[in-house]
Amino acid sequence: MAYGIKLMVWGERACFTRPEMKVERVSYDVITPSAARGILEAIHWKPAISWVIDSIQVLKPIRFESIRRNEVGSRISARNVTSAMNAGSVAGLTNYVDQDRQQRAATVLRDVAYIIEAHFDITDKASKGDSEGKHLDIFNRRARRGQCFQAPCLGVREFPADFRLLEEGGPQPTPDVSLFGERDLGWMLHDFDFKKGCEPRFFRAVMRDGLISVPQFACEETKA
Amino acid sequence: MTIIANRYEFVYLFDVTNGNPNGDPDAGNLPRLDPETNRGLVTDVCLKRKIRNYVILEKEGEPGYGIYMQEKSVLNNQHKLAYEALDIEPVSKKLPKEEAKARELTAWMCKNFFDVRAFGAVMTTEVNAGQVRGPIQMAFASSIDPVLPMEVSITRMAVTNERDLEKERTMGRKHVIPYGLYRAHGYISAKLGEHTGFSEEDLQLLWRALINMFEHDRSAARGEMAARKLIVFKHEHPMGNAPAHKLFESVKVKRVEGSDDSPARCFEDYRVTMDAESLPAGVSVEEKL
Repeated sequence: MAYGIKLMVWGERACFTRPEMKVERVSYDVITPSAARGILEAIHWKPAISWVIDSIQVLKPIRFESIRRNEVGSRISARNVTSAMNAGSVAGLTNYVDQDRQQRAATVLRDVAYIIEAHFDITDKASKGDSEGKHLDIFNRRARRGQCFQAPCLGVREFPADFRLLEEGGPQPTPDVSLFGERDLGWMLHDFDFKKGCEPRFFRAVMRDGLISVPQFACEETKA
Repeated sequence: MTIIANRYEFVYLFDVTNGNPNGDPDAGNLPRLDPETNRGLVTDVCLKRKIRNYVILEKEGEPGYGIYMQEKSVLNNQHKLAYEALDIEPVSKKLPKEEAKARELTAWMCKNFFDVRAFGAVMTTEVNAGQVRGPIQMAFASSIDPVLPMEVSITRMAVTNERDLEKERTMGRKHVIPYGLYRAHGYISAKLGEHTGFSEEDLQLLWRALINMFEHDRSAARGEMAARKLIVFKHEHPMGNAPAHKLFESVKVKRVEGSDDSPARCFEDYRVTMDAESLPAGVSVEEKL
């Protein structure tokens, strides 16, 4: 834990979609470790490191809002692209949105703020030049200056995340009073096991005074 | 075509007069409202749709500027038929497993379609490379002040069905906002631009689209919509030189003094100020509109 970081992220809306309700999206009550990892990776990541989320501190009351939008129902099929490539023409390779329209509601979170506490492990892809200190410095420098690889988001890309590095010894934001006490958030997505073909793993999220400690990814507490 | 080498953020202000900028399918096409603040909303996808439509108009048929997500156009359907006739034998039903193949497909899509290059797209492949994240990301636009949607009843001096003949006319409803000034925030990542090949020319096209897109989107429902301001922050460093929220905070939109007790009805009721002095080093600002 010597290489830990603390990042505060906040935004007006967020949608951490529950896998069981993903057609008409319904968000989890709080950010998932997987989404938190995505935010850190948007700021700094290299194949040499892998981020591990240690805890998530919820700062604002949990509130929802519903938005319905026109979406398209299908994805681009690789076969069509291949034949268009062979034909050397884009004709026909389009999706007519009004023929393939789905109206979907999303139940999203309003006005969120979290503190993500995390560290990273060095992976076996690391070369000699990859030291913990180097990557930690890069991350801290970028987070301090507001630099990022791409704008990090709160679950989906239309909800951008603002972020700020919480320095050690600096002032710490406190959670809203409505979060005090213990709350069981039920089974929540931890992350995907990409080694096993994107197998999701879940954990029992319990929030104590707004704080959720995240178990290790590979431990007994998480279930595939 | 040089790939963009800088990170950008932009503040985009547009307004609507007696129109409905973005209907809410959940609320019978009433203008979208933020239920907590009564401010009007325009979704990111609504604005992206208009950018796409502008690019179709400006770059009609030009190679490299295809638009994947199109609104209906019958002409293209004809092409499609011919193309399907030519496509004699479908390649195996399986998706390309090899990463190189998937990358090739993605690269080809990026090269030929502006919207894939700019906003990204999801292609059905089992390899992650089949999902393109575009460099441009937009958030929901929200109005500066609460807006009040009005319901306007209208009549039509004709009926649709013969059985309604004696009714002589039908009533309809329109929902309009008398006036609303909306503010949208956008983000452009240089690094994701590298991945999709988003060029400087594409960037200029995006600015043109934002400035002109409402001029080509007139309709009975929209009323009068106009782009009012486009303020672009350019970072020297591809990763950026300052947090996005700090830059957005430097653009303030306020009511003109003495007018806050009456509802705003035109752009002159607002004043946009840009605090260029306090911008962090390495960030330059450009007012495109």
